Amino acid sequence: MIEKKKKIIKTIKIDLDKCNGCRACEMICAAYHAEPKYSSINPARARIRMIREPIRDIYVPVYAGETARAECMGRDKYIIDGKEYDECAFCRSACPSRDAFKEPDSGLPLKCDMCEDNTPGEDPLCVQWCINEALIYEEREEEETEEEIERQEDIETGLESLIDLHGIDSVINALGRLSRKGSNGKAAEIAKEVISEAVKN
Amino acid sequence: MRYAETGYNLEIDLTRGNIEKVETDPADTKLHLGGLGTNAKILWERAPADVDPFSPENLLIFSTGLLCGTPAPGANRTIVTSYSPQTLLTGYSMMGGFWAPELKYAGYDKVILRGKSPDLVYIWIHNDKIEIREAKHLSGKGAVETQELIRKELREPNAQVAAIGLAGENRVYMASIEQGRSSASRLGLGAVMGDKRVKAIAVRGTKDLNIARPMEMFNLCNDVLKYIKFRNENPVSNVMTILQGLGSPQEMLHVDEKWHTENFMWGNSRTRRKEFWNEEIEKKWAETQLSVRKRLISCYNCPMKCGAIISVPGISTYMMKCFSKLTYSMAAFVEDIDFGFRIAQRATEYGVDGFSVPQTMAFAIELLEADILKSKDFEGCPADNEGRFYWLLDRIVRREGIGNILANGTYWAAKEIGHGAEAYAHNNIKKHEQLPLKLGMLNPVYYLMYCTGEKANITQIEGQFPQAPFATVEEKENFIKDWIQVPDDKFKKIVMEWEFRGEKSNPYFPTVDMAVDIVDWQEMMHYIDDALGVCAGLSSFPLKPPYHIHNYPEIISAATGMDIDEEGLKEIYRRNRNLLRSLNIRRGLKREDEQIPDDHYKKRFPELEKELLDAYYKFKGWSAEGVPTKRTLYDLGLDYIAEDFIERGILIDYEAIPAKEVIVEK
Ligand code: SF4
Ligand code: SF4
Ligand code: SF4
Repeated sequence: MIEKKKKIIKTIKIDLDKCNGCRACEMICAAYHAEPKYSSINPARARIRMIREPIRDIYVPVYAGETARAECMGRDKYIIDGKEYDECAFCRSACPSRDAFKEPDSGLPLKCDMCEDNTPGEDPLCVQWCINEALIYEEREEEETEEEIERQEDIETGLESLIDLHGIDSVINALGRLSRKGSNGKAAEIAKEVISEAVKN
Repeated sequence: MRYAETGYNLEIDLTRGNIEKVETDPADTKLHLGGLGTNAKILWERAPADVDPFSPENLLIFSTGLLCGTPAPGANRTIVTSYSPQTLLTGYSMMGGFWAPELKYAGYDKVILRGKSPDLVYIWIHNDKIEIREAKHLSGKGAVETQELIRKELREPNAQVAAIGLAGENRVYMASIEQGRSSASRLGLGAVMGDKRVKAIAVRGTKDLNIARPMEMFNLCNDVLKYIKFRNENPVSNVMTILQGLGSPQEMLHVDEKWHTENFMWGNSRTRRKEFWNEEIEKKWAETQLSVRKRLISCYNCPMKCGAIISVPGISTYMMKCFSKLTYSMAAFVEDIDFGFRIAQRATEYGVDGFSVPQTMAFAIELLEADILKSKDFEGCPADNEGRFYWLLDRIVRREGIGNILANGTYWAAKEIGHGAEAYAHNNIKKHEQLPLKLGMLNPVYYLMYCTGEKANITQIEGQFPQAPFATVEEKENFIKDWIQVPDDKFKKIVMEWEFRGEKSNPYFPTVDMAVDIVDWQEMMHYIDDALGVCAGLSSFPLKPPYHIHNYPEIISAATGMDIDEEGLKEIYRRNRNLLRSLNIRRGLKREDEQIPDDHYKKRFPELEKELLDAYYKFKGWSAEGVPTKRTLYDLGLDYIAEDFIERGILIDYEAIPAKEVIVEK
């Protein structure tokens, strides 16, 4: 039986023409996700990256999405309004082929979480700090047709690809850190169980 | 743990190729904050007093400010400090952009260069990995081009690169250091970099910078951001367009140049063209500007857009800010702004100061017209205004022929040329070319700032207080009603009383004491900004800025964990102010050097001017010669300077040494 559910679609509209390249979005994202919040600043940890090449007038904020297990067989290259963007410029994946969207020390992939634990009703931090309105946050409701995939399963597939990418040790370390810090505590606990299973097998 | 700062400097001895990461003393942060403050301390301690700017013993310091890299909007200044080949005094020049925060994230507060490299090199700082790399292949390359080439060669698109062009390599006294859309242009620090044979410093940093009280800092910065938004939506009324908003002068945004073209001087800062601007010119200039301007851009973590990407057909793209679009056109008497954008591209690649260089070229042309320079000096030079400027620019940066003399700026060139050339180098303060501005009536506040500024550059002192009185009581009331930035309500009273005409007008009003007070406030904000690395465009420079003396103490405290109140911050300002002054006094700065160009104001008031300077020195706790007294220095914990001055005979030891405990308590 198919159960109908409502889901919220969160969108950030990016207006490249309004971007001045200030990287406030990167800075504040990194700060927000520090533990404790705002305690350290390091744009290399941001889940948004400014692709910024002034001489070619290339200014593209890109959000970190799902991790790619392997690089794509073919790569894309866009030319828009006569400006040629780099290979994979708009891709949101942390991918073995490049450094983007990876934690600087552990190399673990980063993913934009839309600042999920932010006060409800408030815009994500990068949007709040972009007062030039190059980033605009929108929410809408949509009806979901399929049953929600089990969270457990979700985590399992995610972890597999992480282990694939980074080896089991660095993943365990990172999870240990997460659960100590108390953020994503529950998910980290589940993940740890899954891993110990995996290690046993 | 250190907060807001990394606690480490990078010391590079270029002669030996030695690189050291040195932990800094947190006590210095308490005394001077950072940036210009700690740079001055290092210069005082480590560069010999009489060092030649082009000596291996001279230091060249690239510093972040204390707040750079924190969430504080606009905290992105790199403060470059050394001794200037042009003024021979302390040279400090600031650049915005992205370099300073990147250095913090790499784990350093400053890069201190000493010695001289045998060959042209560039420095690559990537977190803990630091390399001095060969740069022969970059010799002669443009400053913008070099930044791109280095990023490519390192395969680091996110590296921030500060580079010199040909002018710096050839030690042109007006050489700049260029970085993205910003540059440290004034006082020839690019020449010192060239003398040290360093073509560029590239940085990439991916480390954490710590904040002492995270939530508090975040909220305070959020308030700053909100205020910027408010100010962008609410320009100050009843003042000229360029004074209404925040940021550096919004020259890339605005196309209406009536005010500058009719009030700033053309040529060698001589000719005012009151009827210049008309509809036809406006239309043409606007068209040109809008067609070459690709995007308005900012510095790190700042919502303003003071710079622009400029792409003129047929030449490579570069970035511009401030007035350079006008300085070349006006100095050359070229009425087409397309020329301004074209020659500025070449000048940016060469890496030169957009104020001093056009002035120097106009000076050369006047000397030719006056038959002091001869046509043989201009052999091969085209006859048209545009051609002559390109030709001169090429000669200057290559130090060829007459260019070799002009490369030292108008002051030194005039001395060398002789035959009355000195009278043509008429727009200098402390040997440094000034804005091309000549006015009628003396404004006591500006008079003092021009005379006494340690940097000899008005834009580095002015701000905050209106440049002219308001016309009506309503306008005045309207201005002061939400003027939260004033340190004291007495400044509101001055605005209320100040008139265009009559008893309460320039030059006798603001009165001498008021003028001194106003200058002190303006200087204070600049010195704090320069120590924190906050852009003057969001603080000391514009009217009603988001940063001021009332919110800075909280912001600094939240970021660093030091507990600083207003009084404490003011004391740090006074300490840094006196340290800068002392550096220059030790270099031989005299009262007689603290003068504006003879022709700056049409009407001069020798007695009033003397009174102003006397009162200013007295207020600062300086002698009639402008030397900080022993008591002043002791009160600020600068006893080591007092002792040095006594040893050198600059101060005479007639005051009893005050009990130190008592002083420190104050
Ligand atoms: S904060 Fe906005 S304007 Fe600044 S870089 Fe990000 S998207 Fe662009
Ligand atoms: S929405 Fe939140 S997590 Fe995503 S990039 Fe913006 S600040 Fe970072
Ligand atoms: S106000 Fe302008 S110059 Fe200052 S930091 Fe912002 S963009 Fe840069």
